[in-house]
Amino acid sequence: MVQSSVLPNSDSSNPGTIDPALILRDETLPGSAYWHGIIKRGNTLRITDLEGSQGVSLICYNADNPIERLNVADTAKIQFNAFLKKGMVIYSDMGRVLFSITEDTSGYHDLFGGCSNAASNAAKYGEGEFWVNARDSFRRAVTRYGLTKRDIMPNINLFTRVAIELEGKMTFVEGIEKPGSFIDLRAEMNVLVVLSNCPHALHPSTPYAPKPIQVPVWNSPAPTADDLCRNANPEAVRGFVNTDALFAQD
Amino acid sequence: MTTSQTQLDPQTAIYDEVVPSRHPWSRVLKRGQIMRIEDLGGNQAVDFLVYNADAPDERYSAQDTTVAQGNLYLTTGSKLISNDGRVMMTILNDTCGRHDTSGGACSCESNSVRFGLDKRFQHACVENFLTALAPYGLGKRDMVSNINFFMNVPVSDNGTLEIVDGISAPGSIVDLRAEMNTLVAISNCPQINNPCNAYNPTPIRILIWEG
Repeated sequence: MVQSSVLPNSDSSNPGTIDPALILRDETLPGSAYWHGIIKRGNTLRITDLEGSQGVSLICYNADNPIERLNVADTAKIQFNAFLKKGMVIYSDMGRVLFSITEDTSGYHDLFGGCSNAASNAAKYGEGEFWVNARDSFRRAVTRYGLTKRDIMPNINLFTRVAIELEGKMTFVEGIEKPGSFIDLRAEMNVLVVLSNCPHALHPSTPYAPKPIQVPVWNSPAPTADDLCRNANPEAVRGFVNTDALFAQD
Repeated sequence: MTTSQTQLDPQTAIYDEVVPSRHPWSRVLKRGQIMRIEDLGGNQAVDFLVYNADAPDERYSAQDTTVAQGNLYLTTGSKLISNDGRVMMTILNDTCGRHDTSGGACSCESNSVRFGLDKRFQHACVENFLTALAPYGLGKRDMVSNINFFMNVPVSDNGTLEIVDGISAPGSIVDLRAEMNTLVAISNCPQINNPCNAYNPTPIRILIWEG
């Protein structure tokens, strides 16, 4: 067992080549677009930062029973770390694993910075203009699945770093984006995921200039007995006991 | 860390009750009313959620709150911000100095992962929230990341996060003014597996004054 604090550092040299025969779907989203889809258990959603993203906001649900959903507080406290990286998992509010982070060449993903909304965009980019924001994109996306504002929970931000100082001050760290970096999210149940490709709420730069991302879904190899995410710590082992039980009766 | 004292007199409160250890509590506060949570025994985590009483799909947002104030911890002067970006409550006084926004609530399910599969059957904060919110027609869809008053969850510069011994003493208080009509739900946390309650849940006292 390894504690999450000693998980390997992200390998920024990984070229991330996927055998084209394994790719199930593949799309490129322009800046400000949103995306939603269901990733079947065992398949992997890759999110690639093509040009140096200003942040990608993510929420997710158990696709078979969306009352079960992402819980960022549990994700942080169960793993004793709020900065997501390779080897960590994304927990639902039911003590189960939605996604495993099986690869990550960025190294910086944030659970604290929330997502942009109409007011925060107006404050940053000016009144009287229409700027697409993540909160409204989430609402529009989840409507397709019969979900509403009540179902939207705190989100994850990919490809961004928010530093926390001793007394709690939050600072957006600029310049960590790397064109070509990616994160692989292996679905551990059937996962409904929504992405909003809008700038992070704390991203300081104006004008509004979100960059495109690519979102291939691929038929990734089944986890082996020594799978990093499944064995990262005793909590992960228990989380997967809970998760596998969902599918044990199929 | 900032602390402040209060001038409010308990003799003039319109509500003054003790919530036993491990129990839920909920009530609607009118705009302008002030509520106090007193940590009677010290080191007692008080899990706290707030909704717009007139339209409860507007609710406390941990991320909007911390982003708006640029700080992960709450203290005197902090404003609790909703998912619509509006101020729901303001912390008027705080004699503890730091309250947690990131640790969320314990649940039967998270206890099973954190502490052992057999811990699933222990009472937990989500149970209390569901009990407290049910009379208002709210349920699991309405659960979001909550505040943990009197709880110390330091986050380091490399992201590590620990639940450590509290910094709250017996008699520590926090006073909150309702800035809209609010439904407040509390779980007086039953957690006994980590130091957030010093392994021993204790009662809290709640007082309410007219604004």
